[in-house]
Amino acid sequence: MKYKETAVILEQREISEQIYSLWLHADDIVREARPGQFVSVYCRDESRLLPRPISICELDKESGRLRLVYRAVGAGTQEFSGYGPGETLELIGPLGNGFPLDKGYEKPLLIGGDIGVPPMVELAKWLSGDKTIVSGYRNGDLFLKEELSRNAALYVATEDGSAGTKGNVLDAVRENRLEADAIFACGPAPMLRALKAYAAEEGIDCYLSLEERMACGIGACLACVCTSKDVDAHTNVKNKRICKDGPVFAAEEIEL
Amino acid sequence: MRNMSVNLAGVELKNPVMTASGTFGSSGEYGEFYDLGALGAIVTKGVANVPWPGNPVPRIAETKSGMLNAIGLQNPGIDVFLERDLPLLKQYDTKIIVNVCGKTVEDYCEVVERLSDEPVDMLEINVSCPNVKEGGIAFGQKPDALEAITREVKRHAKQPVIMKLSPNVTDIAEMARAAEAGGADVLSLINTITGMKIDIHKRAFAIANKTGGLSGPAVKPVAVRMVYQAAQAVSLPIIGMGGIMNGEDAMEFILAGATAVSVGTANFANPFAAKETVEGIRAYMERYQVEDIRELIGAVK
Repeated sequence: MKYKETAVILEQREISEQIYSLWLHADDIVREARPGQFVSVYCRDESRLLPRPISICELDKESGRLRLVYRAVGAGTQEFSGYGPGETLELIGPLGNGFPLDKGYEKPLLIGGDIGVPPMVELAKWLSGDKTIVSGYRNGDLFLKEELSRNAALYVATEDGSAGTKGNVLDAVRENRLEADAIFACGPAPMLRALKAYAAEEGIDCYLSLEERMACGIGACLACVCTSKDVDAHTNVKNKRICKDGPVFAAEEIEL
Repeated sequence: MRNMSVNLAGVELKNPVMTASGTFGSSGEYGEFYDLGALGAIVTKGVANVPWPGNPVPRIAETKSGMLNAIGLQNPGIDVFLERDLPLLKQYDTKIIVNVCGKTVEDYCEVVERLSDEPVDMLEINVSCPNVKEGGIAFGQKPDALEAITREVKRHAKQPVIMKLSPNVTDIAEMARAAEAGGADVLSLINTITGMKIDIHKRAFAIANKTGGLSGPAVKPVAVRMVYQAAQAVSLPIIGMGGIMNGEDAMEFILAGATAVSVGTANFANPFAAKETVEGIRAYMERYQVEDIRELIGAVK
């Protein structure tokens, strides 16, 4: 079931340059949501028609609270960043499939890059096993560092070398000789491409969360497709709907 | 009890609100939000004789009060549509209209024939998609070609035929008359208006196809004008669409001469938009004490 809810903002603050943390109260969506799923948030400015898909950073099932951490990069997300406690936002969700949670991996490696870091917070709470997170940042402003450390061992890579490994997330994996039997990742396309290749070399399972411009968010409009290796059961062609069949795919299913 | 039902070429719709092709899927996706039996009809995404993979991404871009799309009529083909999607749509107490696309006249006729004994109420022939290189729009921009394909489709069709017109023409009235001359039962308009958006920071086209079809409230005045002109030109019933967000927008089209309306892009801005449009039309009828919606069709003075 999917819901459209008027969510009340409980707290919003800028946790890094242009990166906002938003806690919302949204009972129905929170009740059914899982890590790796997303919500789509509507602008109040009616000249912006399309909802903005934003990944779920944290869920508090008991209190019905939802945390979104997003970059205010365009007019829509900038509009959201201007709202404060007591104000409301319309959203639909939970959308998408989320990360697989029942595979029984012993050493899962969770990798987030830049604005792909936030979903790893909730994922680390739900996954079992000996969990390690690697987060890649542009600089030493390590947003969500505390939350990430709570449920897993955390390693960091920064582009400018100001914290952790200088370089990208794979540099951090190699420098720290991190071993894993599965990778769960969200981040920019070049990172996902590199992780897909790395997982194939290592012979381990790999799940990637993709993004693309979306309109409906529920699998109707076919705007947000990715290329798939085989003919997809739903589309009957070689592509898959990121909003509905994803955003998380097994790396070998898709072409990046 | 106020009457909201309308008749399109012998097909009785419980209310005049349907969904615009391409915005509502083909397998009841929006049924996850509400009972689609609230609508007068569901119009499917375009269905071709074989699967079409569509265009490269990005396929959409938002514009002010609108959006551009160049999905490229991706669809799973008629076999999968009949086997999987149609039964899902038939769960709902509403009329089913299948949008038919093709590259050649034969392609269209093949799909139309495959649908002839299926539980489908009407066929909408998409001769106006601006986002595919072959077919589609080639038939929708020349009166002679439009008349010819309409006649050919009508020869193969058992259900009433709706010809969906493109706004990317010099004279919409001439196109409406051509479809009528070819034997169309109903007209629907407007399809999207060809547009373009450029990302000035990347110095690149915002969508991979370079051009896309503009839809949403930005196109509504153009759409209302064209529906009015088409209604003046022909005696066929018209399905009006283009930027309808609510019942008040829908009323503009009905007053301009539309017998029914389609809600499209608004579904993205609000998944309940089509249902709320039905409620909005009802509220308008209450407000002005209108007993029968049919009194308002073309009632603009």
